[in-house]
Amino acid sequence: MRVALFAACYNDTMWPGTPIATVTLLERLGVTVEFPREQTCCGQMFTNTGYAAEATPLVGRFVDTFTAYDAIVAPTGSCVGAIRHQHHDLAERAGDRALVEAVDELTPRVYDISEFIVDVLGLEDVGAYFPHRVTYHPTCHSLRVAQVGDKPQRLLAAVRGITVVDLPQATECCGFGGTFSLKNADISISMASDKARHVRETGAEVLVAGDNMCLMNIGGVLGRQRAGVRTMHLAEVLASTEEDPA
Amino acid sequence: MSNPMQTTSPTFVGMPKFPKAAKKALGNTQQRRNLAHATGVIRAKRARVVGEVPEWEALRLAGAQAKDETLGHLAAYLEMLEANLARNGAQVHWARDAEEANRIVVGLVQAKGAGEVVKVKSMATQEIELNEALEAAGIHAWETDLAELIVQLGHDRPSHILVPAIHRNRSEIREIFRREMGLVGRPAPDDLSDEPRRLAEAARLHLREKFLRATVAISGANFAIADTGSLVVVESEGNGRMCLTLPETLISVVGIEKVLPSWQDLGTFLQLLPRSSTGERMNPYTSIWSGVHEGDGPQEVHVVLIDNGRTHVLADPVGRQALRCIRCSACLNTCPVYERAGGHAYGSVYPGPIGSILNPQLRGVASEVDRSLPYASSLCGACFEVCPVRIDIPSLLVHLRAKVVEAADGTTHEARAMRAMAWMFGDHRRLEAAQRAATVGGRVLGDHTIRHVPGPMGPWTGARDVPHLPTQSFRQWWAKRERKGGAR
Repeated sequence: MRVALFAACYNDTMWPGTPIATVTLLERLGVTVEFPREQTCCGQMFTNTGYAAEATPLVGRFVDTFTAYDAIVAPTGSCVGAIRHQHHDLAERAGDRALVEAVDELTPRVYDISEFIVDVLGLEDVGAYFPHRVTYHPTCHSLRVAQVGDKPQRLLAAVRGITVVDLPQATECCGFGGTFSLKNADISISMASDKARHVRETGAEVLVAGDNMCLMNIGGVLGRQRAGVRTMHLAEVLASTEEDPA
Repeated sequence: MSNPMQTTSPTFVGMPKFPKAAKKALGNTQQRRNLAHATGVIRAKRARVVGEVPEWEALRLAGAQAKDETLGHLAAYLEMLEANLARNGAQVHWARDAEEANRIVVGLVQAKGAGEVVKVKSMATQEIELNEALEAAGIHAWETDLAELIVQLGHDRPSHILVPAIHRNRSEIREIFRREMGLVGRPAPDDLSDEPRRLAEAARLHLREKFLRATVAISGANFAIADTGSLVVVESEGNGRMCLTLPETLISVVGIEKVLPSWQDLGTFLQLLPRSSTGERMNPYTSIWSGVHEGDGPQEVHVVLIDNGRTHVLADPVGRQALRCIRCSACLNTCPVYERAGGHAYGSVYPGPIGSILNPQLRGVASEVDRSLPYASSLCGACFEVCPVRIDIPSLLVHLRAKVVEAADGTTHEARAMRAMAWMFGDHRRLEAAQRAATVGGRVLGDHTIRHVPGPMGPWTGARDVPHLPTQSFRQWWAKRERKGGAR
């Protein structure tokens, strides 16, 4: 099985620790991972802001980059959701039949890291060790678009040493929403503040999620409040071991 | 009785764009509290009663299919509806837009020589601003739904589809009743408290004299059944039943998308609607009437079928699913943006997620508020999850954002920035060059936390820190590792 990592542009640029952890974790589980250098962005930011024409070439690039692989693994439910639900529509909109077919052929092989581990590798215990009190925020796009279900929680539950505390009103949006966080900053901040309050209520040391942009939003508020809570991507928790702790 | 013009709600014309109105609404701490409480309660009720229906998904699919069947053959079902309504003794009128609909209704009321009408809560008549048109013609229009009465007496605007006074709490309502009821009819008792029972009693006594006096009633309809020529109103308070049965003349104003093909379809919707809207297993009053019955109920029945932008929505194969909407309000109640912004910020009688996809399609994107509505969402998808007719609201929002961008013609700062970003992502070597610049920034800043940035990123830093820039990108790490001989 040829497995490719889709790092996602913002992880690649801003949070390299997450794709590094993904590679570390997958290699520990016996998977050889490749990183096709031609990859850039899935186009979601453009599509969701109304720039479908700008997003469409990125759909073509994504297909060209990854079509040779058996599985494409990404540490982001949000981009996986966009690939599954928007690439087809963008290709349709552009009237490009060949691209529609290529997208439909490729997208069933694109997985969020939690889906790849649970569904493809058939694992829940990945041998991780993380002796901390954590709470998990199921990001909207992981939950409702990519629909990863409770796979992240099952993976976390199997981590040795961990204490997982339920997050109150967990499924409510943190208010990030891409350019929403700037265009409707007041509402966005109100949502992020409520989310940060719920995180603090859990007494967790670490807030975990499957999307770094949402963690940036909630973490931005927690940081401003000097709340003493750090944010970590799920892959980084799962990559952590006794020998190599995160 | 006071000047009838004073009972008019101010209209939504000329509202500022959403973010500005929302910011102001957030500053209204009483409203913020009222809304958070009310939407929280109704969300939990809905979740409980939906959770007890194992075949809920199948019902949603059946609802969506029935609506799509109607919308796919709308002309045929409307003609069937018209023929069967006429056969039952109702008179059918067609209105292209709000102005035409108002002219028809005002003419019908004037022909009966009536100086006042009682009204059943109706979104269609709010959409066309019928009360204002009636009052301009010297006809008092009395809202008889409790929440609509609160809005009308308070010279206010509705802020929710189902619970138009959701932004008010009970002590505010008591003040409105005490101040206003006496000006337009039976006053509130002097010792009125803010107990819900006492408030409802005051409203009941105030309204009763209007029910008994009025000769003309105006309603909308939740459903119009084509194969039997029947109209259906679903309600909670019984005020609708009073209006539909007591006056001699009944005028129903109905959007053309309200048609259901057959009587059989009604069962699906009577299961979907109450659970989604009020969080009840069944609503207290369901009234169904099919034309005129001698000696029983209104002896003159008119049905005004209105387009008012609906065929425009229908013309868009992607956007038309918005016309499936049965006005249940589940999307409003679940929406974290609505909960904070309140209904008025949407600049329409249709607020919340459904308003954000309906208004820019019904009215177009010429006004500032309509252009801002598709962006009034974090695309969290909670609305789609609860919609009883499976309207994919997040996807429609994205679809409409593309229309707003198209209309702006590529000349905005945003469009230029997006093109520049797209160019950068068009080739991995350009992305790598940009990453080299970012990592230089990361090395310069170290672990210094950025708490304020000027320019377009400014709104971010109002309450949020900026993440640290890394000293190397992932692909720089990967390239280094490859040079050292790859995986461990």
